[in-house]
Amino acid sequence: MSEQVVRIGVGAGFAGDRIDPARDLAERGALDYLVFECLAERTLAYGHLQRSQDPSRGYNPLLEKRLAAVLQACVRNGTTIITNMGAANPRAAGRVAIDLARRMGLCIRVAIVEGDEVTTHISDATVLPEIGKTVGESGLRLVGANAYLGAEAILPALDTEPHLVITGRVADPSLFLAPLAHRYGWTLDDWATLGAGTAVGHLLECSSQVSGGYFADPPYKHVPNLAYVGFPLAEVRSDGRAMVSKLDGTGGCVTPLTVKEQLLYEVHDPRAYLTPDVTADFSNVSIQEAGQDRIVVSGATGRERPEQLKTIVGFEGGFLAEAEFSYAGPGAVQRAQLASEIVQERMRHVHQCGERIRLDLIGVNSLHATALQRQADTRDVRLRAAMRTVDHDMAQALLAEVESLWVSGPAGGGGYRGSVNASVTTHAVFVDRESIELRMEVLQS
Amino acid sequence: MTITVPLREIASARTGDKGNISCVSVWAYDPKHYEDIKASLTPERIASAWPDLFRGHVERFELPALHGLNFVIHDALEGGVNASLNLDFHGKSFSFLLLELPVEVHAL
Repeated sequence: MSEQVVRIGVGAGFAGDRIDPARDLAERGALDYLVFECLAERTLAYGHLQRSQDPSRGYNPLLEKRLAAVLQACVRNGTTIITNMGAANPRAAGRVAIDLARRMGLCIRVAIVEGDEVTTHISDATVLPEIGKTVGESGLRLVGANAYLGAEAILPALDTEPHLVITGRVADPSLFLAPLAHRYGWTLDDWATLGAGTAVGHLLECSSQVSGGYFADPPYKHVPNLAYVGFPLAEVRSDGRAMVSKLDGTGGCVTPLTVKEQLLYEVHDPRAYLTPDVTADFSNVSIQEAGQDRIVVSGATGRERPEQLKTIVGFEGGFLAEAEFSYAGPGAVQRAQLASEIVQERMRHVHQCGERIRLDLIGVNSLHATALQRQADTRDVRLRAAMRTVDHDMAQALLAEVESLWVSGPAGGGGYRGSVNASVTTHAVFVDRESIELRMEVLQS
Repeated sequence: MTITVPLREIASARTGDKGNISCVSVWAYDPKHYEDIKASLTPERIASAWPDLFRGHVERFELPALHGLNFVIHDALEGGVNASLNLDFHGKSFSFLLLELPVEVHAL
């Protein structure tokens, strides 16, 4: 292609994603943009909890590690980094990035994008449509609320020619759409082109899921060198047509099927994929091979964007208690079954526990336990007990009951593990765009 | 003349989640099996196959040009990541529930 293209790669597709593939892309991807997408539905609520304990935290804990791996190469190669790793505290994340750059001897500009946090807009009178109650009626304790911002929140930041853009909640594909709109001057009501750019962002946003991750199913679907799966990049033309590929020498594969599977990942109606930017339509997407690990994607389009912005409201969610214990050898299933009955009995009648307790036999019936009632003849079974409660003592009681199977349970059990973790719960509400106040600030090292 | 095969022999599948909704896309390896898969995997069949797990209604979207079907399964995640006690609270493993289903095809 002699025509102008924007080269955009993805350095992370979730908060805990690998770091080495991003380094690879930064060093030899010849990228214009490297995007790190690190927020899921509940990640931000956890960020709010961290920030409430320490006002200098609340951003992605891997921020510094990720930046340290790519910053030098990105500055050298003229690659702009865009990330939502700011999570609940983009400003603190910006300071971390500036400090890191100083230590690395780099002079960089960091643009901070804010305005997604709408915690103060939520009151006891706010209705939570999923449960048909107000916040006040629900009795839930608010942790924080963030609206999904679109590409328009990032465009003013890109106008300042930064090395790094840090945001809080921005919709995943918008992180990719913004630099394309910036570079090509796409207007924010050119729905068809925004739909095409959104398809590119959607395909890239989960990193290796389009380049061989979440795909292998031997002997039907083989993925070469999956341990070293490369993260994808796209070469995008001014009309939104894009070639998705990965770096030569990396593991994984980009094939028509990896692209198709990812095209509909977490999509409901392919004709109406809703983002803050556009109602994208993937129903007429065409997928063509253009060489080994090179797939050309075209034909996505779009219609007018949704009127309101989806907002995730996080609340304290009590505790999740989980405990496990194993049985092996002849009669393992029967002994594990007996152990599960003992745990259930003692939680109900010794601890007067009224919470629902889930008891799985891992190896027999766990992930699909409520779908299948199948007896497996296995000789290696792990009992798992799980419960949610706001009562920390009750959470500990579940762990103690599973642990006590060591001595008071069936014969030959071992391998106890248990944990109690504070959790959050989230609800979606919709807010008017006019209520959002976008802010942008540039920090310089 | 038809033969019955597990869906996994002729198609791949991928699961995603949003809230308490699971989406499973199914893709025919060979375009000639698309119509057979479509005839066999009705939304009603998906909904009734595992009623204790998939508690809500099932929508199906078709992508004939790409030989794919997208199932949107409501109330499928035991309340979603907020409430579920399932180890796999995203339902990532659901694609392989569907891939076990027997499907009638006209030719392999």
